[in-house]
Amino acid sequence: MSSVYRLSGLLADPAGEAGYRDDHPERVGFFTDTSVCIGCKACEVACKEWNLVPEQGLDLLGQSYDNTGALGADSWRHVAFIEQRVPDPSVTSSGTDLGMPGIGAPEQPAAAEEGSGMRWLMSSDVCKHCTHAACLDVCPTGSLFRTEFGTVVVQEDICNGCGYCIPACPYGVIGQREGDGRAWKCTLCYDRLGDGLEPACAKACPTDSIQFGDLDELRERADRRLAELHQDGVGEARLYGRDPDDGVGGDGAFFLLLDEPEVYGLPPDPVVTTRDLPAMWKHAAAAAASVAATVVLSFLGRRR
Amino acid sequence: MSVPRKEAMSEPARTPDGPIEADGIRSYYGRPILKEPVWKVPDVPSYLFLGGLAGASASMASVAELTGHRELVRVGRLAAAGGALASVGALIHDLGRPARFLNMLRVFKPTSPLSVGSWILAPFSGLTSASAGAQLTGVLPAAGRLAGGAAGLLGPAMCTYTAVLLSDTAVPSWHEAYPELPFLFGGSALNSAAGAALVGARPCATRPAIRMGLLGSGLELAASSRMERRLGVVGEPYQRGRAGALLTAARALTVAGAVLSVIGRRSRAASAIAGVAYLAAGACTRFGVFRAGVNSARDPRYVVAPQRDRLRGRGGG
Repeated sequence: MSSVYRLSGLLADPAGEAGYRDDHPERVGFFTDTSVCIGCKACEVACKEWNLVPEQGLDLLGQSYDNTGALGADSWRHVAFIEQRVPDPSVTSSGTDLGMPGIGAPEQPAAAEEGSGMRWLMSSDVCKHCTHAACLDVCPTGSLFRTEFGTVVVQEDICNGCGYCIPACPYGVIGQREGDGRAWKCTLCYDRLGDGLEPACAKACPTDSIQFGDLDELRERADRRLAELHQDGVGEARLYGRDPDDGVGGDGAFFLLLDEPEVYGLPPDPVVTTRDLPAMWKHAAAAAASVAATVVLSFLGRRR
Repeated sequence: MSVPRKEAMSEPARTPDGPIEADGIRSYYGRPILKEPVWKVPDVPSYLFLGGLAGASASMASVAELTGHRELVRVGRLAAAGGALASVGALIHDLGRPARFLNMLRVFKPTSPLSVGSWILAPFSGLTSASAGAQLTGVLPAAGRLAGGAAGLLGPAMCTYTAVLLSDTAVPSWHEAYPELPFLFGGSALNSAAGAALVGARPCATRPAIRMGLLGSGLELAASSRMERRLGVVGEPYQRGRAGALLTAARALTVAGAVLSVIGRRSRAASAIAGVAYLAAGACTRFGVFRAGVNSARDPRYVVAPQRDRLRGRGGG
């Protein structure tokens, strides 16, 4: 193993880099295939139940069937619902129009041109367990750590609620729990992994949209699924977070999406902030030298 | 009430219709992609300001010690200790679990600017308190000089590490500003320390502080104008709303402090007003920069637009 603490780029074995011996378990993760998600939210429920995540109040957000809103301290799985109009000839207005009385102006021809079909994108979002995890890098207490499975977990008995991990996450995953003060996020069911069980969300998923396993195998499976969908004419299918060459060195939890990432509330090209940390310290050192020189300069010359 | 779906769909104003588009940027119902910082106001902006004030004051005091400017030694040591202790207090108060503040010193992590900062701030506040204690009581003056000298060496780091602290996040307007932010904070810290000296010392003793304030103001203004010119779209939060107003006020106060520190240099009152203007400028700078970052995290546009540009540049989308 390289002794250099690598901040970005390709990294095959994050657990090994974190100091685990070579006999540590394989890196595990999630492959979330959103093309078969049915939006049942069993993952959200199973996660809350298993991990004893408190409720954060009931709220109707007016965002399709999504009343969770986003990932956070009290939502470690979040199912996104996106309603889109698509030019789908199989769902024509004559096919669905039951002639029921309605409100508003009659349908305009323009709408028919845009497409009178409709599709519903559903996607269960989760912590990405990045290869280069900014939350872990910036944590000053060592509360956030890399597990032997290559995942990223907060130790709640260490966290002092400094909040640094929260704006550091390029995905907006980790949050501070109200009334508790500490930071919380998905642990990829660290306790279950230790007992050889799969995480609660994957266990509960009825369509295998959430697949748990060794990351290498999941990546192969995802590549096959993508090829299959492309062959079937679903050209918009794409993998997100699969590439070990991306700005965070690849995600431990990656996705098959059917539209651009930002449509699902995901950043299109996330980069771990600590990639630039050496450059930041260089600029800060130059600025510190300027401050020192300025102070000395101010006292040069005539006294009084 | 039964409304046929297709009619609801044909009326975009009423339909929460999938991706929200604004300026060609798509998003999930316009929701933020990032979590905005949970750092409290005024705790964290005050911590940034007080840390800068303390750092530059400690350096000023130690150079004043070497060159025999005794009045500036006194003011510098007191401002450094006061600023450092208040800065530590603000940092602890901001924690979600203040009782666990010592966990900051549980490990030393070079990848965490807050860990590095804690290891700068902890000895710095101890050393500045010791030198200020020696100054006030007259006890152990040699130890006080030694402590003050060591604090003076840490001072420039105190002025600038907080810029790295903000930049080492995914917050677009903070991260992208990393080349200029330490110079902005360093310059601002210099004129804050000059401000404290102008308030606390007699006009006959402040000549080096006046020079320090002028040079610091120049550094601060140059860094801020370069930053806003270079940043493009993620520079907008620095110019808009309350953040923009705070940073405009900071620049005006800096210029006012600089001008008044020169033309009023023989008057105790005018010098003190110049000093207060400098100190207010330093506070406005930190509160403005802080708020601009929060605003940039709140708006998915500032996250998506630069990343899309980057992808287009690579030919990836």
